[in-house]
Amino acid sequence: MTSATALSWFARHELRLAWREWLAMMTGQRKRKRAAVIGLIAFAALLHLPAWAVIGRFADLRLPLDKSELIVISATIVLAWSLMLSQAIESVTRVFYTRADLDLIMSSPATLANLFSVRIAAIALAITVMALLFSTPFVDVLVIGGGARWLAAFGVVVAMGLSAAAVAIAITILLFRLIGPARTRFIAQILAAIIGAGFVIALQIAAIISYGTLSRFAMLTSDTAAAYAPEADSIFWWPARATMGDGEALALLLALGLVMLGSVMALFSGRFADTAIDAAAHGTSGRRTARERPFRAGSRAHALRRKEFLLLWRDPWLISQTLMQLLYLVPPALLLWRSFADSSAALMLITPVIVMAAGQLAGGLAWLTISGEDAADLVATAPLSPSRIIRAKIEVVLIVIAAIFTPLVAALAFASPLQATITAGAIGVSAASATSIQLWFRVQARRSQFRRRQTSSRLATFAEAFSSIGWAATATLLLAMPAAGAISGLITAALIAATWKFSPRRE
Amino acid sequence: MVIRNAKQDGVAVMKPVSSALNVLGLTKRFDRLAVDSLDLTIHAGEFYALVGPNGAGKTTTLRMVAGLLRPDAGAVSIFGIDALADPVAAKQVMAWVSDEPMIYDKLTPLEYLEFVAGLWGIAPSVSEPAAQQLLSSLGLASHRHERCEGFSKGMRQKVALAGALVHDPRLIILDEPLTGLDAVSARHVKGLLAERVRTGCTVIMTTHILEVAERMADRIGVIASGRLVAEGTLSELRQQNGHTDTSLEDLFIALVTLEAAAA
Repeated sequence: MTSATALSWFARHELRLAWREWLAMMTGQRKRKRAAVIGLIAFAALLHLPAWAVIGRFADLRLPLDKSELIVISATIVLAWSLMLSQAIESVTRVFYTRADLDLIMSSPATLANLFSVRIAAIALAITVMALLFSTPFVDVLVIGGGARWLAAFGVVVAMGLSAAAVAIAITILLFRLIGPARTRFIAQILAAIIGAGFVIALQIAAIISYGTLSRFAMLTSDTAAAYAPEADSIFWWPARATMGDGEALALLLALGLVMLGSVMALFSGRFADTAIDAAAHGTSGRRTARERPFRAGSRAHALRRKEFLLLWRDPWLISQTLMQLLYLVPPALLLWRSFADSSAALMLITPVIVMAAGQLAGGLAWLTISGEDAADLVATAPLSPSRIIRAKIEVVLIVIAAIFTPLVAALAFASPLQATITAGAIGVSAASATSIQLWFRVQARRSQFRRRQTSSRLATFAEAFSSIGWAATATLLLAMPAAGAISGLITAALIAATWKFSPRRE
Repeated sequence: MVIRNAKQDGVAVMKPVSSALNVLGLTKRFDRLAVDSLDLTIHAGEFYALVGPNGAGKTTTLRMVAGLLRPDAGAVSIFGIDALADPVAAKQVMAWVSDEPMIYDKLTPLEYLEFVAGLWGIAPSVSEPAAQQLLSSLGLASHRHERCEGFSKGMRQKVALAGALVHDPRLIILDEPLTGLDAVSARHVKGLLAERVRTGCTVIMTTHILEVAERMADRIGVIASGRLVAEGTLSELRQQNGHTDTSLEDLFIALVTLEAAAA
């Protein structure tokens, strides 16, 4: 086999792996893949509706643009790029830590630098294709509303995907070199969370500090932002101009993306093998210790709760997810602090954010404690009834939620006791709903499979998301329009009941 | 003769209690019949080896005994306790070790043993010295403060075994406990099990390593197609098959070949 043939064979192999990983993630590893793919296509078609609501008003924009318009479009592109970078970091760490074919590749007679160049290209391709898929409804809306010139936006998405992959690979390999494989996985997780949420949160914080509102558009369209922004012919606006059909800017962006990816291949493909081997070796070489302390007395349920708390405390996945939730709580907390003295209507925006965060965090915690039991046989053969075991695990979820959200509710109580009471109730109901859904749809899994929890049951995932949104809306409406709040609460409760009806654990 | 579901002090009891494990008509069907009306009696203080080809129903049988699977039919009695009617009481006196050690990566061996002892309600004054002693005898004393995430398969299996022993069970059920262990680790495990049997504990173990069954077990049960096709001491098995000087391996192959032909 010639070198070129070997490389094309390896490229096909990489693409096949990437396709199957993606398919497994999207379909939850079900056998009826065709039905799952049709469902996904239907879902993508449905996404055109929210895309129209979000972006439809920009379809008529034409070059030249004023500064405010350039700022809004550029900020949207930066937001999308930061989300892509976040996903790319996740993908790169997943490839480093979970691909089990290193021995085979390393023992093959092919040139390793070439093989790993192909792997880097495959990662970039997977990230770009994913970005294209998610951006398609938005670009479609722009093309339908504003004409074919918006098709150039697909080119911008490709350039963004290539550059995001290049930066993600460079960041991950540099992290390996700086802090070692043991910490890289954890830090990369945190970094991905911060990058994914950071831009939006930073804009919100700026908007709160400057204008006392959570709306980032207030900040982006302000005179102050326009005053500090570069001139309209600056290279900073290339991405915005390329999106609107400027061929020269688009060509330059695509070239920049390719150069970045090529540079990463040239610089890192030789070291990719060492990095991957270090990552694979991590776990057999890591020796983390805990200090000795005497055994503690307590009931059996107490032993179970103590174990759950210890595992949650030592779980990097959970810490990064919690950090993500807490990051989203920073703007409302800031708003609360800023609006402490007055009875600003903006204060009401805090309630839905807190209630949604509580529901989402409770869902993640419940999966880890209920489904993610690494020693399921041990717990099942312990002399405790199954109901007692489940109760202890649920108690852990609710205690953690209470510990995280009580300070926020207490602070809110000083500003508005009624709002604090309603928020506290909604947090409890939202957390209980998410926990119940996880309980009804529980499947035995290892904690390390946490990433796959959202694909194990599509129904559970959507029900959990809609229940958090529903209770958040209910709490907000109860504050503003109690009758509408009651109706929203009834609808959300009906949704939970319907989820229970279709759940496998109904009996 | 077994009297089912007699109640004493709120605990479902089956009599007599001279046997450690009494299984009657145990049946389980998945896509096919996995365990077929199995009867099995294991005496207290006995080391019993259950051998059989892949898919014979060994693991399914033991998982039903341990309370991990609900049988379709049949009865399971552990030291006179009806394990189906009162699983909590039955679990209090037994321990289960599977071939794939299920421990927590983020806990140290000592923390794991503290958790197991807590689950079984053992006082720290009893469980802590027992845990330290077990880790020493399994060669894990120097690793007792390290998180299990970096442990080899053998070390993980020894931690799981220590967990099974820390609450001093009267019946230990092991499913292929020696899989993946090196010679030194396997000797540690075998030594510890033999010692437990000497102190009156009952051990039931499945294994593919027939030499282990031959050397350690008081009695051997051969299971095929979900049924017990032969049972006894090694010499009894030889007599049953008309070979006085043959190895367990030869006997095993003869028995399962016959069973396969009959099926």
